[in-house]
Amino acid sequence: MSVLLSVNKLVKSFGNRRAVDGVSFKVLTGQTVGLLGPNGAGKSTTVSMLCGLLRPDEGEILFGGQPVTTGASAVKRRIGVVPQDLALYEDLSARENLHLFGSLYGLKGKVLAGRIEHVLTQVNLLDRARDKPSTFSGGMKRRLNIAAALMHEPELLILDEPTVGVDPQSRNAIFDILEALQAQGRALIYTSHYMEEVERLADHIVIIDHGQVLADESPAALYRRLSAQAALRVELAEPANGALMRALAGQHGVTALEASGPTLEIRLREPGDAMPVMGWLEQAGCRPLHFATARTSLEDVFLNLTGRTLRD
Amino acid sequence: MPAFFALVRKDLILFLSDRRALLMSLVLPIVIAAFFGSVFGGGARGSAIDVALVLQDGSPIGAKVAAGLKADANLHVTEMDLAQAEKAVRRGTQGAAIVVPQGFGVAAGSALFGSPSKPAIRLLYDPSQPAVLSMVKGLLTQQVMTVVSAEMFGGPMGRQLTERTLGGMAAKGTPDPDDLVVRDMLVGVAKFQALPPKPGAAGQPGGGRGLSMPFTTHDEGLSSGPRALGYNGYAHSFGGMAVQFILFMGVDMGIGLLLARRTGVWNRLLAAPVTMPLVLLARAASAAIIAFVLLCVIFIVAVAGFGVTISSFPGFVGLALCFGLLTASFGMLIAAFGKTPEAARGIAMFATLIMVMLGGAWVPSFVFPPWVQQLTMVVPTRWAVSGLDAVTWRGLDAAAAAPAMGVQVAFAILFGLIALWKFGRQQR
Repeated sequence: MSVLLSVNKLVKSFGNRRAVDGVSFKVLTGQTVGLLGPNGAGKSTTVSMLCGLLRPDEGEILFGGQPVTTGASAVKRRIGVVPQDLALYEDLSARENLHLFGSLYGLKGKVLAGRIEHVLTQVNLLDRARDKPSTFSGGMKRRLNIAAALMHEPELLILDEPTVGVDPQSRNAIFDILEALQAQGRALIYTSHYMEEVERLADHIVIIDHGQVLADESPAALYRRLSAQAALRVELAEPANGALMRALAGQHGVTALEASGPTLEIRLREPGDAMPVMGWLEQAGCRPLHFATARTSLEDVFLNLTGRTLRD
Repeated sequence: MPAFFALVRKDLILFLSDRRALLMSLVLPIVIAAFFGSVFGGGARGSAIDVALVLQDGSPIGAKVAAGLKADANLHVTEMDLAQAEKAVRRGTQGAAIVVPQGFGVAAGSALFGSPSKPAIRLLYDPSQPAVLSMVKGLLTQQVMTVVSAEMFGGPMGRQLTERTLGGMAAKGTPDPDDLVVRDMLVGVAKFQALPPKPGAAGQPGGGRGLSMPFTTHDEGLSSGPRALGYNGYAHSFGGMAVQFILFMGVDMGIGLLLARRTGVWNRLLAAPVTMPLVLLARAASAAIIAFVLLCVIFIVAVAGFGVTISSFPGFVGLALCFGLLTASFGMLIAAFGKTPEAARGIAMFATLIMVMLGGAWVPSFVFPPWVQQLTMVVPTRWAVSGLDAVTWRGLDAAAAAPAMGVQVAFAILFGLIALWKFGRQQR
């Protein structure tokens, strides 16, 4: 895969505040990059520069080797943008909205008409083509928002939290659309507060905080950064004594241990360590009343890297 | 260019689909202009002034003055007592009241021949209509001079007064030189009074003798359209209201841009391969087109329904285009400097109302004090309104409207450049 987008040492300040401080990452053709960061991390400013809305103070953005700039840059014709806000005209019909956004990218005549039909079909809104977005549900508006960005068949689609405020069913519908785009080999940059969305879609994750890149890796590599990738919660008949706790902490695969009354929270190096630990507990005469296992999530990775949750 | 035309098309569709905007921009100015036009003269001649007459003098002069006032087409005279007249003027049902005091006829006749004591006619008037006072004073003066002089030179009161004055002089003994001259004049007047009435003067005060106005006037209103129709007050009111409500549309356009920036539509447009000046230019073009069409439609109604005449079609079209540009640039200015749509709307509406008021959209600017008239030269709406006046009721040609067009275009360029500069700074 070749490099489609190259972001090099971007810097952007507003007054004395440095919102983006040396951000660099790459997007390969056909790759989906998840851009993660808490509010105020510099994520939106970075996205604005990628879309050509803001001019960086320092650094450069190259798309296919050409710089992305503000104004009527030809590179913008190769990038699609799905903003977090619904960027639709509520009093224009769905078809008229798409006519406008297609025309902005130079489409006209039969090509434009054909693309309108195509993307309406793609987002499953063809039967509502004549209706105004003001009559749509939140999920339908989000789908139309995506359709507007697909009108000119961009090589890279930048989605800024495209599922904010939609119900689970609509979210799944949006994911189906995005997975279809992935299958077509389209590159995506996806920002979201929802870890499970990024885990489902992204094959590369960039974590930003305080304007700086903290991680730029595949999800698997991010998990490997953690000492614990699984957790075992065990409820005993009575609280464990000090000797038992010390012995348990020394077992193979156990990286951390926490007791709260009769409940033990055991951090494990990997999920496969759970069964030997359970066997050891039985041998030690502590038969668990209940137990549950959980795999470490991207949320834990994020917490480990930034010290705060995504919604902080 | 497809992007430019698509943006303009979008704005036109949005405007036409917004019934409230259409109502505000098209129906309201027509309704209000029709109302103001009918109040301020409309297509008819000026109506007579309502005047109360309190006649306390029982002399023939008093009766003739009353008859003369009642016969004047400029006045609608109603006789009443003093208390009723005061009440009527206070309530505004009468523009003024003329109180002719007891003994007025005799005293006025004596005063004409030099008596130092002159009778006073009280004039009660509504202070909100000072122009009425001047008009009533003028008409009253004309009536009193005609009646009193006619009576003095030909009526029985005049003969009695002349005889009494001559008798008094004879009884005085040795006259001074001035009295001799007056006596000679009164002797001549007595001979004049003894002449038989002029043929064909029957019914006229004093048998057709006495002072009369030494001139007549031939009134000719210079305006457009058939001369017989005279001034059409609807022309100014339609121009004024069209300017006001189309500027409101311009304000709405500016607020729309601010809302687009708030909702993210603005950024979405700029994420496309278009420049910000192109997006702004397209918005200005659509606003200018809407303003032009609105002005034309409003005046089509004015011509077809209210008899307004357009003296220069090219002049009108030129003015409508220039005003369209002015409206668009005004909207841009609001969008550039407005911080929030809510705050900008209040300030913009206030500014618009001040502009249309000073621009003479409500009442013609010539009624303003001279210093205000000077001030309004820097108000763009003044030029819009005076330009429309020029090619409608004033009946002038396109050349007369050219300064108004030029000034509006200059303002449009100035506003547009300031807005572009401000938008450019915000984008950095």
